Amino acid sequence: MNKMVSNKATRRRYLGERIFKGATIFALTIAAAFLVFFFYNMITQGVSALSQAEILVDIHYNETSAKSYKKAVDKPYRKIVSRGWMRTLPLYMEDHPELMGTNAQEWVTATADVDQYLKGKPNRLKEKHKKKIDALEKEGKVKLAFNTNFFTRGDSKMPELAGIKSAVVGSILVLLVTLAVALPIGVMTAVYLEEFAPDNRLTQLIEININNLAAIPSILFGLLGLAVFINFFGVPRSSALVGGLTLALMTLPVVIITTRAALRAVPSSIREAAYGLGASRWQAVFHHVLPLAMPGILTGTIIGLAQAMGETAPLLVIGMMAYIPDTPTSITEVATVLPAQIFTWAGESIRAYEERTAAAILVLVTILLSMNAFAIWLRKRFETRW
Amino acid sequence: MSTSKISINQLKLWYGESEALHGINLEIAEKKITSFIGPSGCGKSTLLRCLNRMNDHISSCRIEGTVLIDNNDIYDPSVDVVQLRSHVGMVFQKPNPFPKSIYENIAYAPRIHGIASKGPDMDNLVEAVLRKASLWNEVKDKLHQPGTALSGGQQQRLCIARTIAVKPEIILMDEPCSALDPIASAKIEELMDELKQEYTIIIVTHSMQQAARVSDNTAFFYMGDLIEFGDTSDIFTKPQQQQTEDYITGRFG
Repeated sequence: MNKMVSNKATRRRYLGERIFKGATIFALTIAAAFLVFFFYNMITQGVSALSQAEILVDIHYNETSAKSYKKAVDKPYRKIVSRGWMRTLPLYMEDHPELMGTNAQEWVTATADVDQYLKGKPNRLKEKHKKKIDALEKEGKVKLAFNTNFFTRGDSKMPELAGIKSAVVGSILVLLVTLAVALPIGVMTAVYLEEFAPDNRLTQLIEININNLAAIPSILFGLLGLAVFINFFGVPRSSALVGGLTLALMTLPVVIITTRAALRAVPSSIREAAYGLGASRWQAVFHHVLPLAMPGILTGTIIGLAQAMGETAPLLVIGMMAYIPDTPTSITEVATVLPAQIFTWAGESIRAYEERTAAAILVLVTILLSMNAFAIWLRKRFETRW
Repeated sequence: MSTSKISINQLKLWYGESEALHGINLEIAEKKITSFIGPSGCGKSTLLRCLNRMNDHISSCRIEGTVLIDNNDIYDPSVDVVQLRSHVGMVFQKPNPFPKSIYENIAYAPRIHGIASKGPDMDNLVEAVLRKASLWNEVKDKLHQPGTALSGGQQQRLCIARTIAVKPEIILMDEPCSALDPIASAKIEELMDELKQEYTIIIVTHSMQQAARVSDNTAFFYMGDLIEFGDTSDIFTKPQQQQTEDYITGRFG
């Protein structure tokens, strides 16, 4: 009998291995399926928000339309052209007095219902307006054009005019505040704890608390922000400043923990080399250890910022989850952020917001993925091999 | 024996509760090579690290006794450890050049100590120490390439060059050849032989042959005690202690 032929015991072992391998592949497939489903759903829903119905109309610039903006277009168009656009006409005429008494033909934004009708989605368009649109379509006077409003305007109660610009600018301002606060404080704290602090009860207590901080529900940071920044320090409510400060509280533990890990990854031989040459502790850290840890620190910071960018709950408490159509120009003005905008739109009853919600989610996910990709690139690019 | 450069008196050292050195007395001669030998954990590296106060960075470490360099107690509160280390350089077991250019590796310490500033001063200094470390001919065309790209032996010579750029009087070497092949080791030993004209060198080594080849004096340590100290030729040919004889003949350790 050949001793090297597989026997019952080894066969059982192989079976176990196969089952285990199968289970891991199954888990991976499920995770991947969720991801594919999410992206498929968001892309199919969101892509249509990139186009918006426009109608070619005759515009009459005259005294009557300057007083009553509806009169600027002919009656059958008044219900299918965006009211929000019509409202801007008197001001436009004021700025361009030379137009007075002239007529023009222009492509203008249609109402959200026309837009949804053209896209074959549920809408509240009346029968006679549907017929009008069908007729215009035959004449080529209605079209789906690229939805520039979505990227150049803020929130609006009229979906055809609603855009993500104010939310994106708000998010950028909030992130800048978060970065400016969390990065220096976090890195300095980590450097102190890792390189200078004595190992005693107090520092151990601080360490444990920092690690616990990373696991605190984010809404509590919002309440803290409300109590400390708004009520105590009087930082303007709903502003990018208070949002950034609050998110900085949340990002701090992430920055501290990743910075410490990055510092620890610098081999002690580098510190010894510096000490051996007569570098002081400060010099060893700032000339040698910290520069080598920088890629790791930045990677951690970017991931922390990406997390902060997607955060919604704490902003609820400090008033950033609101209808804010204007784009903020400073960090003390009221602002909203992208996830808050998504949340607001998701709660709207008008169907045209649905595709905008999905499109805003796509924008948010794209930004987050790019930030993570940048973090990975940074790590690969500047990683030192020992 | 020539004049004494370092004088160690009743040096005791604890790591937390455990005593690692039990009262060492040792006189180290100027411009000679002294080697510390002994089995792992005997305290030879610990003693070496007392001489430039590298142990200061271990918080549980506590010492008693005195270490005099040129009759100055280096553990006196008035001593600035940064100044001390510019007098007592150190070369480590694993070559540890900074992940910077060869030039920067040398220039770093002179710059922080204010020995030379930028420009021709520094260029001359870098060339001089690289020549002294017998590395100039090998690296003169790639001074701005990373020091970590050199071979292990070259890296170690770069570390020696970096150390002598600070113009120390004493160089401590903690098993400098243990990560190198025999040819690279031979070059380091050759270099040490040249360097002892100017510097007092102390080397910790696990290689008995190396100690016998390069050093003038040898100290044998065992379990935190200095067992025997004397002329290298005496230690290796007619050791006074049974333990020394056992160790150098390879009966233990």
